Amino acid sequence: MKNNKFKGWLYLLPALLFLAVFMIYPLIDVFIYSFEEGYNSASQTSFGVGLYNYSYVLHDPYFLQALKNTFILVMITVPLSTLISLLISVGLSSIKPLRNLFQTVYFLPYVTNTLAVGMVFMILFQKTPYTDGLANLIVTFFGGEAVDFIDGPYWAKMFVLCFYTIWVVMPFKILVLTSALASVNKNYYNAAKVDGTGAFRTFTRITLPMISPTMFYLIITGFIGAFKAYSDAVALFGTDLNAKEMNTIVGYVYDMLYGNSGGYPSYASAAAIILFAIVLTITCINLTVSKKYVHYS
Amino acid sequence: MKVVFQHLTKKFASRSGGAKKEVIAVNDFDYEIPDGTLVGLLGPSGCGKSTTLNLICGLIEPTEGRIFFGEDDVTDVPCEKRGVGMVFQNYALYPHLTVKQNIIFPLQNLKGKDKLTKAEMEEKALRAASLVQIENLMDRKPSELSGGQQQRVAIARALVKMPRILLLDEPLSNLDARLRLQTREEISRIQRQTGITTVFVTHDQEEAMSISDIIVVMKDGVIQQTGKPQDVYDEPKNLFVAKFLGTPPINTFDGEVKNGSLYIGDEAVLTVSGVADGKVVAGIRPEGFIPKADGHFTCALSQVEVMGRDITVVAKHPAAHNPTVRAIVSSDNLSAINGEKVSFDLKENKVFLFAPDSGERLF
Repeated sequence: MKNNKFKGWLYLLPALLFLAVFMIYPLIDVFIYSFEEGYNSASQTSFGVGLYNYSYVLHDPYFLQALKNTFILVMITVPLSTLISLLISVGLSSIKPLRNLFQTVYFLPYVTNTLAVGMVFMILFQKTPYTDGLANLIVTFFGGEAVDFIDGPYWAKMFVLCFYTIWVVMPFKILVLTSALASVNKNYYNAAKVDGTGAFRTFTRITLPMISPTMFYLIITGFIGAFKAYSDAVALFGTDLNAKEMNTIVGYVYDMLYGNSGGYPSYASAAAIILFAIVLTITCINLTVSKKYVHYS
Repeated sequence: MKVVFQHLTKKFASRSGGAKKEVIAVNDFDYEIPDGTLVGLLGPSGCGKSTTLNLICGLIEPTEGRIFFGEDDVTDVPCEKRGVGMVFQNYALYPHLTVKQNIIFPLQNLKGKDKLTKAEMEEKALRAASLVQIENLMDRKPSELSGGQQQRVAIARALVKMPRILLLDEPLSNLDARLRLQTREEISRIQRQTGITTVFVTHDQEEAMSISDIIVVMKDGVIQQTGKPQDVYDEPKNLFVAKFLGTPPINTFDGEVKNGSLYIGDEAVLTVSGVADGKVVAGIRPEGFIPKADGHFTCALSQVEVMGRDITVVAKHPAAHNPTVRAIVSSDNLSAINGEKVSFDLKENKVFLFAPDSGERLF
């Protein structure tokens, strides 16, 4: 028995070592940094311990902007992308011809480089002296006025960012949802059909509960992923996100470390810990809510 | 509600071996199920019995032919409007709903003038539940029930809206032996109590024989014989039906009819009148043997199995199709059966003659 226990730990050792060195130690380190005032990474010294870093970050207009951007992004893209993915997956599951083709098409963004996609979005949305961009063709066609989606008003930029994020995260969700839908036993649908269940009721009362664990997984990872958004904003708006009011929390952390205004690991750590606290809270809420709606068979 | 099939045919496209060809699952099914009966569709795997059930239910559409419920032609009526109740082989209970919610589910689908109040639904659900005796399990989830209990819930769910026809797909195959006996009596009781025309599918002849009012024996999509279980057993129309019904199965031999006598091997074992001379397949039910010292039918004795009331004589015969011949005789004969050989007389009504090529019954 004792020998077995030892063996167990031995097998776990590589993973534990890896986790400790690359996850747990940095996490603790960040936590400590966030309380050390005026930490200097060159001399490894600080003036003292306190909450000043948090106070600074929470009063920094750039952070507040990043916080607002991130929240808007999360609240819009997570529900929308999950919903649209669900609709597309249901569509894909109910058609037979060309299903493989569509599945491939919908999966393509997943394997496309973020920056390449960013370039394409620039062509679609950017307004230059030579062209208004493809999106504006549609806007003007319906009688609207051309908008600069990349350098223009806040809502336009946010629209592009959300649009982009949704488009990028959907392939994975569609992939997971189509396989979840396919794994629902056909007998349940037959039983529902014999009992005269309408299509909508079948979907809400049978399909949704059956795939609820997958939905829950997608929503949780969706929230976490969206809170950690950064590269998408860079791909669209370049690296100087603060100037464009398009920064995200992770972007703020990065800027504090390495950006033009960087060199402040304490502020970066404080911001990172705040993000961690937010994600943790949201995930806990998700877990609590899920107990009521998620059915594990 | 009687169910009438008129030339019902279902073909499936199959792609076995690369070449496209059709599989005829149900072939020219022409039959009428009388109102209020319990009918067993019986046959080996792949004989089209489940397809027939799905055709009645409306889950699949026939290639040709019509189906009537009473006087209504329901061939083109979608499954959800046919008013049938179905119990699936694996029960298909919704795992996220409680027993009560499962049973109420079909009622909640009713719309318009059929719409029920919550109290009415609860009452109907309770009535269906009490019919199958699961009132005390209403708040459990299907995963907390045994196989037999799940089966009952599935039956209650199928019955709750008082379907015109109740269909059961292999209702007993997922139950253990003891539960199977109990459940088949239960199904028979529920059917009598409700009077709903019930069709069930099984590959187990004992199961079908024991509870059905009528059995329909199928093979390769074609009805072989229909009728009361005992009639079909006593008067099989062909070799397949004779072989399929009965445990232990019928003993078959190569035989020949000469001058009104049946010869198995060199012995004339039975007088058969009205059968033309020629080679035949002789089928003898295990209970068709009478041990007799000077009997005409002699086998090499290999073993005697004592079962209390009866004994089974296991013997060998060179003309038999199977390695052993089984005869079930009264245990009174036990002392007389010993030595190398055993001789029998045959009961005429337990011996059937079939044409060797077509398998059609000759006698």
